[in-house]
Amino acid sequence: MLVGLFVAGLTALVPGAAHAAEDAGERIFGTLQTSVSGPIEGISVEVAEMSGAEVDTVETDEQGRWSVDLPGPGQYTVTVDAGDLPEGVTLNGEPSRTVTVDEGRQQGVIIGLNDGSRNSGGGSIRWVELLVSGLRFGLLIAMAAIGLSLIFGTTGLVNFAHGELVTIGAIAAWFINVGAGVPLIPAAILAMVVGAGIGALNEVALWRPLRRRGTGLVAALVISIGLSLLLRYLYQVFYGGRSNAFADYRGQRSVDYGAFSMTNKDLTSMVVALVVLVLVALMLQRTTMGKAMRAVSDNRDLAASSGIDVNRVILVVWMVGGALAALGGVLLGLSDEVQWDMGFRLLLLMFAGVTLGGLGTAYGALIGSIVVGVFVQMSTLVIPNDMKYVGGLLLLIVILIVRPQGILGSRARIG
Amino acid sequence: MAELIDALAVALKAGLGFQAAFFALLAIGLNIQFGYTGLLNFGQIAFAMLGGYGIAISVSQWGLPFWVGVVIGIAAAVVLALLLGIPTLRLRADYLAIATIAAAEGLRLTFRSVSATPITAGTRGLSGFSDPFVELAPWDTAQRYSILGTRWSGADLWVTFVGWVLVALACLLVWLLVRSPWGRVVKSIREDEDAVRALGKNVYVYKMQALVLGGVLGALGGMVYALGTASATPDQYQNANTFLAYAALILGGAARVLGPVIGAMILYFIIQFADTGLRTLISNGIIPENVLSATDVAQIRFVLIGLGLILLLIFRPQGIFGDRREVMLDAR
Repeated sequence: MLVGLFVAGLTALVPGAAHAAEDAGERIFGTLQTSVSGPIEGISVEVAEMSGAEVDTVETDEQGRWSVDLPGPGQYTVTVDAGDLPEGVTLNGEPSRTVTVDEGRQQGVIIGLNDGSRNSGGGSIRWVELLVSGLRFGLLIAMAAIGLSLIFGTTGLVNFAHGELVTIGAIAAWFINVGAGVPLIPAAILAMVVGAGIGALNEVALWRPLRRRGTGLVAALVISIGLSLLLRYLYQVFYGGRSNAFADYRGQRSVDYGAFSMTNKDLTSMVVALVVLVLVALMLQRTTMGKAMRAVSDNRDLAASSGIDVNRVILVVWMVGGALAALGGVLLGLSDEVQWDMGFRLLLLMFAGVTLGGLGTAYGALIGSIVVGVFVQMSTLVIPNDMKYVGGLLLLIVILIVRPQGILGSRARIG
Repeated sequence: MAELIDALAVALKAGLGFQAAFFALLAIGLNIQFGYTGLLNFGQIAFAMLGGYGIAISVSQWGLPFWVGVVIGIAAAVVLALLLGIPTLRLRADYLAIATIAAAEGLRLTFRSVSATPITAGTRGLSGFSDPFVELAPWDTAQRYSILGTRWSGADLWVTFVGWVLVALACLLVWLLVRSPWGRVVKSIREDEDAVRALGKNVYVYKMQALVLGGVLGALGGMVYALGTASATPDQYQNANTFLAYAALILGGAARVLGPVIGAMILYFIIQFADTGLRTLISNGIIPENVLSATDVAQIRFVLIGLGLILLLIFRPQGIFGDRREVMLDAR
């Protein structure tokens, strides 16, 4: 794969780079590495002013890193000595780049490197690679969407604030992980507890009283929109508009599996998602509570009259849904970084998945979400990468034309 | 105290400005769809975006005359309404809601994508298309004018004037429509769709007409906004704006002719007052920087809108002027 990344804006979080943040002077820095060669040591990097006067020439260290302190803000050219690069690694474009450094800024420079893994005959095949990453993405959507579908099934509420449960999971895990220094795995479990708590709070403080008042479907829909706006922009105030990575498992190199390659963290999150989804399916199928959930979903009044405590079932659905959404948020944050509106962007794909599978059915949400995930990733074969979500949203509209009840839904629900 | 009066003046100007007219037009469109017919259009901002970009692309990219741009913008809105309505209007209300919000987000992502850059100029957006419109003004647009103690540039005044004229015409149209047989049919669709169908009316066609009409009003709103800001960027047309318009509609009172207009004016007044007020309090040090910084104030408006929507719907779904029996909130 082509890499060569090194990222501005993470200075304070990258161990080893943190010391440089103490002095307020301008600096540019970067790292040279690719997924095949690893960090590249001993490459000379020259930094010059626009007039051509050299500022400094440095060599990359054993982690492939380099940095140059600058005399002041302004424009600089960064030139990499391409002749020193190891065998098989070439520059993606020009060997030099022009960078504008603002006052007091520590500016990261990205120099694109190609290690030949993309165009070579062996190694990964693009569509297999996309299929696998689509499966991973689909599993994440499914995990977040099961709660959405179960809540719809048991209460009839189309919860537009469900994406915010995803975001709160990721943000909670980020604060616990980066802020409090807890390793990511316990942080993720704590985030699930937070998610379940917020889900329960949603039900107890808002939706149960509203159901008691007999609030209609449309009013509930608009209330959930209001809740979504309220929470989303509160997150932005408290968390900020930046996107941040977790402290653990960053900068992993992908492992080659023949037809595709994948980082260990992505593989792990796939396995985690799969295990969790199987557990959820077992719970729905085997436990009393799971059966009660399906019963309430099918026919609420009948369930109530056969002795099921409907309010308790709904509370559990909210907690399970909140915990699953939070875990989905953590895993999404692991692959795509944590952002204040990540849940809302995922929400529309969740709707696509849930609608495709059949609103209100748990297994439908699972199948539909995986199809949507794969579709979104595979669509980048034909459409540009920044439009891949558009493909998912178009799919949603096409489903509504062709089969509005979804794959597993029943005709009766759609009105 | 002087600062409070300043903040009030700024807010008053905002409540009468072209942004308020923009939201009023969006909300009147939603009133036809949601208030009278009971359709949940959560993608009204997409219609506004098509209207604004209709002018922007026609004039500054294709070099067409201004009026052709207006026609293209309206036509695009009609096409979008048809495309969204055909699959979803036969289904339950929440399907239309999901499809419209998805379409709005999808369109915005498309307009800001790199591959659309040759037409829409991507995230940078288009500008320089408002001159032919400003030239139509009957007064000197280079001068500044003072009205009721607030200062306006000539061009701003012209956009604002046209915006409110459009609002007035839209209100007149809605007033005439809801008194007509057409209005009675759509209101009965809101109350009981099956009963209307039993009377032999084609419910689907009436719903489609309401969707198209509301969408066209949204497109006109988008045009006012694009001309007022003299630019069109995709991120002006964030999804949250649809819900600002909903908040205006519900605040003023759905299914009332003047409800959305009054709602938009009050809403924009409140937003701007909270905005300026908070900024003043922060710069005076009354609210410490570490609690709330000046850059966060812009987000606070959406927090307030969200909270306002929740409270309104729980405690006063009919808004200021509405009639509780007329507000369609517990249909299927």
